[in-house]
Parts: sequence; structure tokens; C-alpha cells
Amino acid sequence: MIYILSFLFCGTVCLIAQVILDNTKLTPGHITSIFVVVGAFLDTFGIYDMFIKYCGGGALLPITSFGHSLIHGALSKTPSTGFIGLLMGMFDLTASGITAAIVFSFVFSLFFKPKN
Amino acid sequence: MKNKKYEAIVEKHKPEEKRVQHAGIAFLTGGILGLCGELLLEGYTHLFDLSRSEATVYMLVTFIFLASLFTALGFFDKMVSFARCGLLIPITGFAHSMTSAAIEYRKEGPVYGVGSNLFKLAGTVILYGVVSAWFFGMIRYLLEMGG
Repeated sequence: MIYILSFLFCGTVCLIAQVILDNTKLTPGHITSIFVVVGAFLDTFGIYDMFIKYCGGGALLPITSFGHSLIHGALSKTPSTGFIGLLMGMFDLTASGITAAIVFSFVFSLFFKPKN
Repeated sequence: MKNKKYEAIVEKHKPEEKRVQHAGIAFLTGGILGLCGELLLEGYTHLFDLSRSEATVYMLVTFIFLASLFTALGFFDKMVSFARCGLLIPITGFAHSMTSAAIEYRKEGPVYGVGSNLFKLAGTVILYGVVSAWFFGMIRYLLEMGG
């Protein structure tokens, strides 16, 4: 069941993005930014956690989960450190993804030349 | 007058957008990626005996690695122009934007080329993600303090 749900969830997010892309003047850059903000908003009241519980990997892959991880890390620090925890925990959960992307893109830029 | 004529000509030669087809392809590619994500997640939890949150990191890093590698090898752009949002909205789009910026600007040097352009496209995602997460986090925190 979770496989079907992850297919449907990830597919639907991409479908919405594609419909926005085709019918407005927004570029993919605009859309990914909007989706990150939407993801952060959905997690403010725990809605995105529900998606992750039922859709698993399908909810973790789209860029909306990036916004979710940012605010999730930030809020998980606030009980122990208070207000400043928002700043301390912001990158806790996304650090792995960002670091991996930086390292891989740097290493590949050393070995590969642009194709055209 | 001239502008209107020009616009009419542009309108005539605009490639007919197959919106339904694009949307369907994006839905399918996105769905397949999501399915692969869930399969990898389950696979990692059972193979390496990881907790689900650790397996999530492994899964995301796998996708980032593959997207970076395919971008570096040069055929991810073709895949993106075929699947569009199906590949740009998952985390693969984030990795793709960074790797393509790094490779494109490498001839301008390691500092002013790669260094200052790496986040050219991915920067907006991080900026608006962090700002909105901080803002919504503040609201949630204040609500919990008050309630």
C-alpha cells in the first residue's frame, strides 16, 4: 500500500508543478522556491509528518520535504534551548543532503568538462 | 502596428504545447522516482539494519549522487527536457542545478567560477526555505509559549 501511496504522492506533486510551469510564466526556480515554502508551511502544524508516515519515500523525495526538514530540525531544538534553538537546529536534518550535493558537484566539476 | 504583426507571426510559429502529455510524463516520472525512493528506503532498512531516519539519509544521498553523476556525464539535461518537473521537483533537481552550475563555470576558475556560482540556482531554494522555516517556526514557538 505504501508503495502505491508514494507513487501517487510524488507523482501528484510533480504533476502540480508541471501544470503551474505550463500555464504560467513562472520558471522551475520559482516553482521549487514556492514548493519549499509550502513544505515548511505544511509542517508547521504537523501535516507533512502525516504524509511521510503514510507515503514514506514518496513524501521524502520532492523538494517540499526540504522545507519540512528545515523547520522540523529547528523546532526539535526549541524545547531544550528555547528561542535560539530555531537558529541552532535549522540545518540539522538537511545537512546531509546539502553536504552531499556540494561535495559531489565539486568533485565532478574537477573531472568532467561541459558537454556543449 | 508593426508590433502587432510581429506578435501574430510569433503566435503562428509558437510550438504547440502538449500540456496534457507533459503533465502525464511528469506525473509518471515523479511517481516512479517516489516508488524507487520507497523501495530503496525499505531495502536499506533491511539490508544494513538501519533505523528509518538513517535509511532516509542513505536514500537521499543515493539520489543526489546519481543525479550529480548523470549531470556530469551529460545526459541528465536530456532527461530533464523530456520529464521536466518529474525530475526537477524531487531532490534530483536540486543536485542537478548545483552540479551543472559547477561544471559550467569551472573554466572561470575554482574560486570565482565554481565557488561563487555553485549556489546560483540552488541558493533560492535554501534562502526561501530557511527564511520561511524560521518564520513559521517562530509562529509555532510563540503559539506554544502562549498556549
